Amino acid sequence: MGRIPTRNEIQRALEERHGKALQGKISKATVAVCGLGGLGSNISVSLARAGVGKLILIDFDRVDVTNLHRQQYKASQVGIYKTEALASNLQEIAPYVTVTCHNERMTEENFQTLLADADIICEAFDKAEAKAMLVNGVLEKMPSKYLIAASGMAGMESANSIKTRKITKHFYLCGDGVNDVADDIGLVSSRVMLCAAHQAHMVLRLIAGEFEA
Amino acid sequence: MVKINGLFVDVAGKTLAEYLETTTYHPQRIAVERNGEIVPKAQYSNTILQDNDVIEVVSFVGGG
Repeated sequence: MGRIPTRNEIQRALEERHGKALQGKISKATVAVCGLGGLGSNISVSLARAGVGKLILIDFDRVDVTNLHRQQYKASQVGIYKTEALASNLQEIAPYVTVTCHNERMTEENFQTLLADADIICEAFDKAEAKAMLVNGVLEKMPSKYLIAASGMAGMESANSIKTRKITKHFYLCGDGVNDVADDIGLVSSRVMLCAAHQAHMVLRLIAGEFEA
Repeated sequence: MVKINGLFVDVAGKTLAEYLETTTYHPQRIAVERNGEIVPKAQYSNTILQDNDVIEVVSFVGGG
């Protein structure tokens, strides 16, 4: 096994890649990821690699064998909580990112408490009803937060139909908007990762002070 | 006329709830913005659509 770089070595490498000013902003940001499936696990890996200061990871579920084709877990992690598994994987990738785990289901009752510390919130659930619940709740009750949601990444349609749209001042929506996993069109890692990359990239753009989609 | 998801619709005077009943949107899978602001779910039945309103109905599909 190689030597793990020191905090300073990693910080310098990030500054070399992103520039010192931008890295300063990224290192100070707190981002919540709601749901740690194909979207959330990939968003988290991107943001941890980018050196986001603090990640808040929220999911109630355990890693299942049917998750391995698109989610950032290992076969050896099947059966353990996604929060624990992802925190462990992120620790190996980016040991100096602060990760807070909430191993619980998000509801209309608890979302404000869970998301209180976040600057930017990523909606990364799989059920349409859960997506709508979080989006309505955050926009209504936490209007100062930035919210990046996702809808439509199932199936084998072109990668080019996945887009980021700015819906309101603080609300962005990624995906193709139409391809529903409920229509039995499948869900492949490449297309889910595209959507997750759109979300992660919008997070970094907001941190950089770029507010257009 | 009211602009809804980019199309002009003749629904001024109706409430948002009345308009949504004429559509196939699933009420538990949507968020509605009116002139750039979220419309709280509890306000759908007393939000009266006005001429020149710009409405965006975001309808979520599953997968993640």
